[in-house]
Amino acid sequence: MENLLSIITFAPIVAALILAIFLRGEDRAAQMNAKWVALFATLVTFLMSLFLLAGFDGADTGFQFVEDHDWIMGLRYKVGVDGISVLFVLLTTFLMPLVIWSAWQVETRVKEYMIAFLLLEGLMIGVFIALDLVLFYLFFEAGLIPMFLIIGIWGGKDRIYAAFKFFLYTFLGSVLMLVAMIAMYVDAGTTDIVALLRHDFSSAPMVVLGFQVAGGLQTLLWIAFFASFAVKMPMWPVHTWLPDAHVQAPTAGSVVLAAILLKMGGYGFLRFSLPMFPIASDMLAPFVLWLSAIAIVYTSLVALAQSDMKKLIAYSSVAHMGYVTMGIFAANQQGIDGAIFQMISHGFISGALFLCVGVIYDRMHTREIDAYGGLVNRMPAYALVFMFFTMANVGLPGTSGFIGEFLTLMGAFQANTWVAAVATSGVILSAAYALWLYRRVVFGDLIKESLRSIADMDRREKLIFAPLVAMTLLLGVYPRVVTDVIGPSVGALVADYQDAIPAEATELADAAATH
Amino acid sequence: MTSADFSTVLPEVLLALYAMAVLLLGVYGGKDRLTGPITWTTVAALLLIAAMVGFGGPGERTAFGGTFIDDAFSRFAKVTLLIGAAAVLAMGSDYMIRRDMGRFEYPVLVCLSVTGMMIMVSSGDLMTLYMGLELQSFAIYILASIRRDSVKSTEAGMKYFVLGALSSGLLLYGASLTYGFSGTTQFAGILSAVGGAETLPVGLLFGLVFLIAGLAFKVSAVPFHMWTPDVYEGAPTPVTALLATAPKVAATALFARLVFDAFGTVTADWGQIVAFLSVASMFLGSVAAIGQRNIKRLMAYSSITHMGFALMGLAAGTEAGVQAMLIYMAVYVAMNVGTFAFILSMSRDGQPVTDIGALNMYAKGEPAKALAMLVLMFSLAGVPPMLGFFAKYGVLMAAVGAGMGWLAVLGAIASVIGAYYYLRLVYFMYFGAEGDALDTQMPAVRWALLMGSAAVMVLGVVNMFGVEGAAALAAEALVR
Repeated sequence: MENLLSIITFAPIVAALILAIFLRGEDRAAQMNAKWVALFATLVTFLMSLFLLAGFDGADTGFQFVEDHDWIMGLRYKVGVDGISVLFVLLTTFLMPLVIWSAWQVETRVKEYMIAFLLLEGLMIGVFIALDLVLFYLFFEAGLIPMFLIIGIWGGKDRIYAAFKFFLYTFLGSVLMLVAMIAMYVDAGTTDIVALLRHDFSSAPMVVLGFQVAGGLQTLLWIAFFASFAVKMPMWPVHTWLPDAHVQAPTAGSVVLAAILLKMGGYGFLRFSLPMFPIASDMLAPFVLWLSAIAIVYTSLVALAQSDMKKLIAYSSVAHMGYVTMGIFAANQQGIDGAIFQMISHGFISGALFLCVGVIYDRMHTREIDAYGGLVNRMPAYALVFMFFTMANVGLPGTSGFIGEFLTLMGAFQANTWVAAVATSGVILSAAYALWLYRRVVFGDLIKESLRSIADMDRREKLIFAPLVAMTLLLGVYPRVVTDVIGPSVGALVADYQDAIPAEATELADAAATH
Repeated sequence: MTSADFSTVLPEVLLALYAMAVLLLGVYGGKDRLTGPITWTTVAALLLIAAMVGFGGPGERTAFGGTFIDDAFSRFAKVTLLIGAAAVLAMGSDYMIRRDMGRFEYPVLVCLSVTGMMIMVSSGDLMTLYMGLELQSFAIYILASIRRDSVKSTEAGMKYFVLGALSSGLLLYGASLTYGFSGTTQFAGILSAVGGAETLPVGLLFGLVFLIAGLAFKVSAVPFHMWTPDVYEGAPTPVTALLATAPKVAATALFARLVFDAFGTVTADWGQIVAFLSVASMFLGSVAAIGQRNIKRLMAYSSITHMGFALMGLAAGTEAGVQAMLIYMAVYVAMNVGTFAFILSMSRDGQPVTDIGALNMYAKGEPAKALAMLVLMFSLAGVPPMLGFFAKYGVLMAAVGAGMGWLAVLGAIASVIGAYYYLRLVYFMYFGAEGDALDTQMPAVRWALLMGSAAVMVLGVVNMFGVEGAAALAAEALVR
């Protein structure tokens, strides 16, 4: 299976083409066909990706399943996975069948909807496996097109504004990254990520437009990549596109956005910023750490004030991504392990929370918190599932949310105690907004007239949540399934990083750590 | 004046002879009744000439004492512009005939204009340059006003003519200054007159600036772009399509030819000017297009932006830069052919529509065509994985490689601004409110060109159809 990665990437894209070319008609049968084809394609992709996991050697810190071919304009089609990226591929393939299944109720332009999601899946997997700078950029950017259409066509009332904001925000971030990539190519003479990971980019101070830039080329490149990944992540203060996009996107779009697309930013930091520009990363780490701490506290407070359920969960996502950036730039084993763990876990939890909103939105067609209350009386199963994921979101021990938050906080504590202290307050705040949301929606008396006849989850909905509950619990009680896979690669990353930063900086960091 | 000279210019001679023959046939034959057949034979003739040029022997030949150069560079540009012109001619024929513009002069004038363009890209002398440029322009002045009874069309022709004459004046002034200070009109002679000097003598510098100003008019680079939106809007749409494709290739190729063959040793002197033209075009084109609702004006600003990007490759002043510019132009022509094939078909009750609001929910009734336009729009915006992205990537790469990182950063920012108005077309087609639907029928030729162009944008990602290698050879021939 030497083409396994290409097969996983292009299987959904081929399925999308088949749908586009061969499926005709608008009637109900054609719609069901589109849905079944999409579900089948995503399931097959998931099964194929299990071979990836089975054949993956966790002790090997290099890239595995590598494919390398010539391509146009001096670029290479090179793909492969290591411990950092393999789980993101699996996260994507695991969630996509659920996403497709959750969209079973969609009735407008079903064929196009399914095509968009299938294309999106292929492009998202491509991002995580690309080992050529421009190939990475290509997948990274191309994903914007289907997402733009998903928000714009199937979104809510203000979908146009949200779609444009989403596209232009992320596009601006990433074209700057493209320029940086070109600069890297000019400096290193290759776009091969494996070679670039070994290349030392100059950190000699340089003068740009009359300003002295410490860290020189590395700092400039770091900033350009940061512009892209921080928007994608999203980090405070460039997070404002996310609540808009989330609120307007259809349920399945929100799930993909929160569970997978946001992870590209974190993955980018781990793949590029940290290992390729270690000196700049080290220099700017306090800046990122403080941004993360601000993000955690600020967006948690903003979440408290929301009256729209999706917006509340969107802000909660921003806060949780704050833990991820904090863990990454703590740049130690616990921090980065925690960051990756948090990203995977957030993929399940936030995806499930958006699905929870989708369940009642499908019934009542409103996301206003005030429109609900006392749902537990009519929907006991729903109340249970929603409770479980609310607790996981808060970070209750026993769920995967706890492991991620705890590890990142532990990593951050070693790097910068004050940041960790501020960030810990986010744990309390998240409990406040999540539990308050839960109380307002689920508890209380069922006094709203419109809710009198609301039905509990049907079997399809229950079955969609089952794997998510199972994964959240599994990772919560036995986190080694993740840390064993990522551990060696992260260890190598941290070791290289510590080697690369100058000795005096290390000493200072050590001194700071001992005090 | 040997037979070798004539064999070198054979494609141009053949095309000119063909144009004359068809003109006679039209005058003494059936007049406008022959427009249809003549158009199709002209398309065939252009494609044949393209094949003849493309498969003609390798290497470099000069004719008439070095005033005409046939090398890989000119061949690349000629094939691109011939195919572009043939495609535009093919898609416009029934439009012209159905709207009482089916004069038999139309294909003849296109032929003559193309002959001019071919001479332009092969010129090795300021005189050849001027002759080719004028032949090309005169034919297009007439084409722009071919709809005599329309105020807008005649206005477009008039505007184009007056401003074109002004630019020719500037160009001639520059040429005379250059001649005065170097003592020759041949590019090779000018190059040796410049010699190893670090900076140009003031007289030659003035000559260079005026020459560039004249050419900037033709490529419609800011600040010499004012004619573009009005002429694009006023001219009949098939002529607009022609304006947006072949002459742009010829003008950028001539631009490259002039600055490298005649001033190749003083790259820094013209590099700054071209860089300025590039930045100004990219930004003005992107910003000004935002407010447009007329799709032809929108495409005018779009072409200004794209010229800015193409000139970025030239500004780099390197072989990689020229290669990137050539690839950019080839991709640009391919995208515009598809887009104009679509614009030509925008009509309601048989009347042409140019307001972009008319595209509301086009995707609902015509999913295939809307999808093709979606691909083209994202390609024009430079979003991967479309080919348009690789074109932009090439010029950005050339700029950074030549130490012009700032130019690349500005280009990147401009492309984000530009993305907005391409997305707006997508927005109308896919998200808009439903309105009166456009006519759905589309002639087979146009449909094929639209779908073909979109398919090229997607499939080109695999190997670019070999354009890359040809462009590399062409760039190598120009930059020695």
